[in-house]
Amino acid sequence: MTAKRRTVLGTVLALALSACGGGGAEDAPVVAVPGDPAKVTGAITVLTNRTDQVQDGTTKRYADEFAKVYPGVKVEFQGLTDYEGEVRIRMSGEDYGDVVLIPGSVDSNQYPQFFAPLGTSDELAAKYDFTDRATVDGKVYGLANIGTAGGFVYNKAVWRQAGVTDWPKTPAEFLDALRAIKTKTGSTPYYTNYKDGWPLTTWGNALGSPSCDAAANDKLAETKDPWGPGRDLHVVDTLLHDIVHNGLSEADPNTTNWENSKNLVATGEIATMWLGSWAVVQMRAAATKAGRDPQDIGFMPFPAQTGGKFCAAVRPDYLYAINKHSKAKEAARAWIDWFIGKSGDAQQSLSISAVKGSPLPESLKPFEDAGVELVRLGWAKNNLVSQIDKASEVGLGAKDYPQRIVDVARGAAPGDLVGVFADLNKRWAEAQGEIG
Amino acid sequence: MSRSQPQRQAWLYLLVPLAFLVAFTYVPVVSMVVHSFTDWDGLSRSRDFVGAENYVELFTRPQLFQVFAVSLFYLVGALLQTVLALYLATVLSFGTRLGNVFKGIFFFPYLINGVAIGFVFLYFFQPGGTLDSALAVLGVQPRLWLGDPDLVNTSLAGVSVWRYTGLTLVLFLGAIQSIPPHLHEAATLDGASRWQQFRHVIVPSIKPIISLCVILAVSGALSVFEIPFVMTGGANNSETFVIQAIKLAFTFNKVGLASAAAVVLLVIVLLVTWLQRTLVPEERVEHS
Repeated sequence: MTAKRRTVLGTVLALALSACGGGGAEDAPVVAVPGDPAKVTGAITVLTNRTDQVQDGTTKRYADEFAKVYPGVKVEFQGLTDYEGEVRIRMSGEDYGDVVLIPGSVDSNQYPQFFAPLGTSDELAAKYDFTDRATVDGKVYGLANIGTAGGFVYNKAVWRQAGVTDWPKTPAEFLDALRAIKTKTGSTPYYTNYKDGWPLTTWGNALGSPSCDAAANDKLAETKDPWGPGRDLHVVDTLLHDIVHNGLSEADPNTTNWENSKNLVATGEIATMWLGSWAVVQMRAAATKAGRDPQDIGFMPFPAQTGGKFCAAVRPDYLYAINKHSKAKEAARAWIDWFIGKSGDAQQSLSISAVKGSPLPESLKPFEDAGVELVRLGWAKNNLVSQIDKASEVGLGAKDYPQRIVDVARGAAPGDLVGVFADLNKRWAEAQGEIG
Repeated sequence: MSRSQPQRQAWLYLLVPLAFLVAFTYVPVVSMVVHSFTDWDGLSRSRDFVGAENYVELFTRPQLFQVFAVSLFYLVGALLQTVLALYLATVLSFGTRLGNVFKGIFFFPYLINGVAIGFVFLYFFQPGGTLDSALAVLGVQPRLWLGDPDLVNTSLAGVSVWRYTGLTLVLFLGAIQSIPPHLHEAATLDGASRWQQFRHVIVPSIKPIISLCVILAVSGALSVFEIPFVMTGGANNSETFVIQAIKLAFTFNKVGLASAAAVVLLVIVLLVTWLQRTLVPEERVEHS
């Protein structure tokens, strides 16, 4: 009986082991944009996180437009609410659509295992921004449709009421402005969105803004102390800390609610939130719904100037890629090319198009007028940065990291900001030593 | 032959549940143990065996076990819940008026989906929310039930008690009702008070169920997940061992290390159960 039991267990073990082998990265040919649209045929499935666009018929409209150019291709959409989680699981099989947005948790050196190359770096980098984000061995595996600039979404009416009309130029001026809002208006000066967490993680997107340095992210790979005095992460996290520490944020961060925060900004109950250029449309929609003036929603850069001008770091949103196992790669490539280049989706969502030379959206007009420099971050060493990030368990894009700073700032966790920075630096340097 | 026929039939009937059990419990457990010896990142098509490296890392980082302190709150909560349920079950078993209505009311929370409970209590604990308003009537100052790091685990454990008391109560009630009525009658005739009946008739009869509830309470407290994950996401000093493992696996792509943590948790729970069974051996309860 015992012997028999062992064999059964052994079989199960062997099965479990064999289930996870094989399938390395081989050199796949580049999928070029088809020359003659009439000749492309097939049916493709596009996975998207924009369930709202699937529901309101926007995707259907895009599919119809696309069909006029490529009559032989049938496009279907799958809107996924928990996009990251679902796609990551589906990627362990072969069925993850034909066109897929690359989940953020996939390291770029894994791209060749899952996606087909869209072209060479030389060819695509001339036409699109952010190609280095998905370049492995000279081939590009994903293209961004839009880039987003980090910045504060704010209610202009409230800021005016507090007597602040110019954008603060330093973190100290910014704090003064929030203090004025607290004393002169009934609004909450700043809202952390601590509970939902992900809006709080967007603070990391300020990387590159204070220093006005396009290589800010790449430099993390070599810096031993990314939280050293004067460095971007130090400046950015200190501002977050000071806002909370001075009681300029909401009373109970543990019960915040993202969906509701949009209404609160729209009605002026919240004055400011650090998010990104993508958020302006949503806040304006909320304002319209609440019967307020959507033009009251403004967008301002990080309060720091280099050489007398503001800088706003721009990083790519989701990258579009083709499933390596797709049966209709040509059609999928055609879709990506058309969607990014010709659908007009970037313009409609008031986003910064990743196509080089595209005009800025209307919502960033004030940035243009004020001479804010948009710094498109480079990603050449992002793979190394991401490995250090995971090994050190710092989690630059995870919510624990900013949440800890908020906790320390409001006295809910032991220690102080200096100690947190020292710990982060130590972990970063250690992981760097192991990997680099 | 005559014996093997019904036996074979029994196996046939067991086939479906056994298949489910193997497919959804044993195979995943085995593959988890296998993962715990690899450096798999949860996605890659390839992985390397690293021997006991994950376990070594786990045990050389004592801060990973600090989160068990949070479990103490849930353990105290679970013990309170057992006592409360035992009391309520005893009261209900003495033929209280509207007994069935109360049974329904007490059991109802257990039927609600855990995620829904999390959201309901999120509103309940909000500043100026239901709890603050109710306490204001009594003149109690509002507090940050989830925002105060010294209070958050008590609040969350309270939710857990609210949720599971009904289940424990039904377990106890079932056991109490299976006590032959003549024992109660005899005790009443002998002039035993309600307390004496409870102490000398009810408790000895339902001892196995009580010990089961204690095991469930301890293993539940060690592996709390749903309520803190939904309500705070493990932020603000409310991180439990399971939440920590989830973060290791899905935020930092260390599936190997997280699997090792899960294996260790499994072993700890088994140990606690074994210890409890050794200290309080199960006796056959004879209803005579």
